[in-house]
Amino acid sequence: MGHEYVPEIAIDRDGNEHEVQGWQGDFYGGKLGFWLFMLTEVMMFGAMFLALAYYNTLHPQDFLDASASLNRLLGGTNTVILLISALTMGLGLLRMRAGDVKGAKLMIWATMILAVAFLVIKGFEWTAEYHHGIFLMHDKLLPESTLPFGQKLFFGLYFSMTGLHGFHIIIGIGLMIWLLKRINAGKVSTEHHILHWNIALYWDIVHLIWVFVFPYYYMIGAGGATGGH
Amino acid sequence: MSKTYFDETHCAIGHPKSTFMQWMLTIDHKRIGIMYAAVMFVFFFVAVFTAFAMRLELFAPGGQYMDGDTFNQAFTLHGVIMIFLFIIPGIPAVFGNIVMPLMIGAKDVSFPRLNWFTFWLYIAGCCIALASLFIGEGVADTGWTFYAPYSMNTGTNVIMALVAAFVLGFASILTGLNFLVTIHRLRAPGMTFFKMPLFVWGIYATAWIQLLATPVVGITLVLAILEKYFGIGIFDPAKGGDPVLFQHLFWIYSHPAVYLMILPAFGIMSEIIPTFSRKEVFGYRTIALSSASIAGIGYLVWGHHLYTSGMSDIAKTVFSFLTFFVAIPTGVKFYDWVATMYQGKIVLSTPMIWALGTIITFAIGGITGITITMIGMDVHLQDTYYTVAHFHYAILGGVVFLMFAGMHYWFPLITGKMYNETKAKIAFYLNFIGFNLLWFPMFIAGYYGMPRRYFDYLPEFEIYHQISFIGAVIFISGLIYMFWVFFKGWTKGEATTPNPWNATTLEWHLPTSPPPLDNHSKVPYVDFDPYEYKHGEPVVKFNYETMQRID
Repeated sequence: MGHEYVPEIAIDRDGNEHEVQGWQGDFYGGKLGFWLFMLTEVMMFGAMFLALAYYNTLHPQDFLDASASLNRLLGGTNTVILLISALTMGLGLLRMRAGDVKGAKLMIWATMILAVAFLVIKGFEWTAEYHHGIFLMHDKLLPESTLPFGQKLFFGLYFSMTGLHGFHIIIGIGLMIWLLKRINAGKVSTEHHILHWNIALYWDIVHLIWVFVFPYYYMIGAGGATGGH
Repeated sequence: MSKTYFDETHCAIGHPKSTFMQWMLTIDHKRIGIMYAAVMFVFFFVAVFTAFAMRLELFAPGGQYMDGDTFNQAFTLHGVIMIFLFIIPGIPAVFGNIVMPLMIGAKDVSFPRLNWFTFWLYIAGCCIALASLFIGEGVADTGWTFYAPYSMNTGTNVIMALVAAFVLGFASILTGLNFLVTIHRLRAPGMTFFKMPLFVWGIYATAWIQLLATPVVGITLVLAILEKYFGIGIFDPAKGGDPVLFQHLFWIYSHPAVYLMILPAFGIMSEIIPTFSRKEVFGYRTIALSSASIAGIGYLVWGHHLYTSGMSDIAKTVFSFLTFFVAIPTGVKFYDWVATMYQGKIVLSTPMIWALGTIITFAIGGITGITITMIGMDVHLQDTYYTVAHFHYAILGGVVFLMFAGMHYWFPLITGKMYNETKAKIAFYLNFIGFNLLWFPMFIAGYYGMPRRYFDYLPEFEIYHQISFIGAVIFISGLIYMFWVFFKGWTKGEATTPNPWNATTLEWHLPTSPPPLDNHSKVPYVDFDPYEYKHGEPVVKFNYETMQRID
């Protein structure tokens, strides 16, 4: 049995007809649902920012010192890459809505390549930090090391949050591959592009979170004496 | 006879032939709700018998059947199962799924496939929780709150328990999301927000809490997992972390979660009271809006769990004030229910008796809650049996009792059969007497200083524990008897009409009982209030062929 929706009509006492909203093909409902889901992402990262802000007030100087040792060049490059990817994703959605499916696919590919570039740069950063002895369960972050508590907390949260953000990027790439498959299968089209719309929204939230992560981790120590390593 | 949702279903993948696979793959909200109920009550009884084992141990001072470590694991298992597997998802997942779409005249929830996925996510969470029993050093012994730093240092299987709670939280978020969109999008034409039945209002307020609070505990659990796995030190003071931060983040979710449990339960009460008083509900808008304001205020009171954990005096005072504030919308609801019954033609059917019993037990739970809102009292009563009795009166005597009330109320709708009314009433009295005998002595014991979570105690507390034990035996017999009555009703009960209670809300205006696959054969236009009675008779009547009003 299929799930095709046959629009139904409810008739009131005066004989007027009212169309019944079905769950099938409810474009507005699909958008609303995804917006609400993105709200949970904001609450989730919000709690992490709360923890971060709390420890920042407890150990302000340690946070500045730790932040100063992060590589702002790579972090900044990543920010630019991510912002451009948000642009390409948005342009892709505009292309799709304008009826240019080929152009939309091209833009999704561009977004995916930028996302991979982001992850590669992130990988270089983490590797460099690893070689400096700063990594989870490693060297300076072990309980017995003499690194001040504030710096340990900073780096612990840094790896947690950038890690979780990177995980979201990976999910995003997966979603885009799925989206391309759906477009090729004709399931996502100019008339029916709710999936494209929602994945574009997802990508926006991912870069929006990064726009808060970047200044909090990389920029607060920018006035410090030491540059990146 | 026309086909009901027991005979046919929509499936997530394909159209399997076997009935078993049809149930496993069903995306019909009614079937999914029944499956939730089946799984949840299995876990409920597991947790009940864990609790009974603890009662047995506490029958006399000294150790009898289990040592301290086992006891710690037992109360953690009891708490984790009851809170995360049963009560938090309970009413929304069961009745939110089965009844809410029927009440608003929808054919299904907004995302039926997501609903199916959510159910299996819930099952996955349950499996992980069960696996933690057998893997590693056994089930966590931290209590269901997983307080740091102990949870960071214990060798038991805390990580699996945390992962399970995270997965269950995710299922809860998706359920809430699904319901929010459903209530916003799929109401029958003409049904404005203030024409929705009050249970839908309860589910609506609950869904917002599920959506906004659960991610916070989710990330808290993730941070705890990362900390345990990678030694980050966010909550462990030995590594510079702050265990009180864990408590703050935990209770930012878990206190709203208390309202998440009770709001849909209040919704059930708001359905039953007008139906069996044969009277329009008193103060419809205030009941609806008090649900919303309880949900709102509920966010601001988490600090009352931290009076003794280290907080500034100003913060304590503010949290105490805000906590008192929750009593106002709750009191409004209670007065509205009582006012609804005033001069009503009260029918003392089983659901109504359960609702009336709950008014007593929840009032005791609520009033004792107010005493421990006071900072001075709380410092005295913190972590004693007084608190244990308080939250069992509120959660079991409030939420679970109303869930049972709802099970009796909607039983004919779901099964199309009727249980034995006399036997169901006997089950109620067994439960009610057993419940009070079980928990009331704990108020006294707790007031005299019996601490919670201890597996041994001073001889002076023996009498309270022994009375409790007798209560526990009666209560558990009552529970088993109640489910036996349900079982008998479902298998052997007599068939019923679609509206045996003379109720007015839309879920009772179905063409057949149990409902057909696509719910209302035809969606009515809603130009009436949800509870309209005149001289004890429902005002609104439908022609079930055209779903047009004929009154």
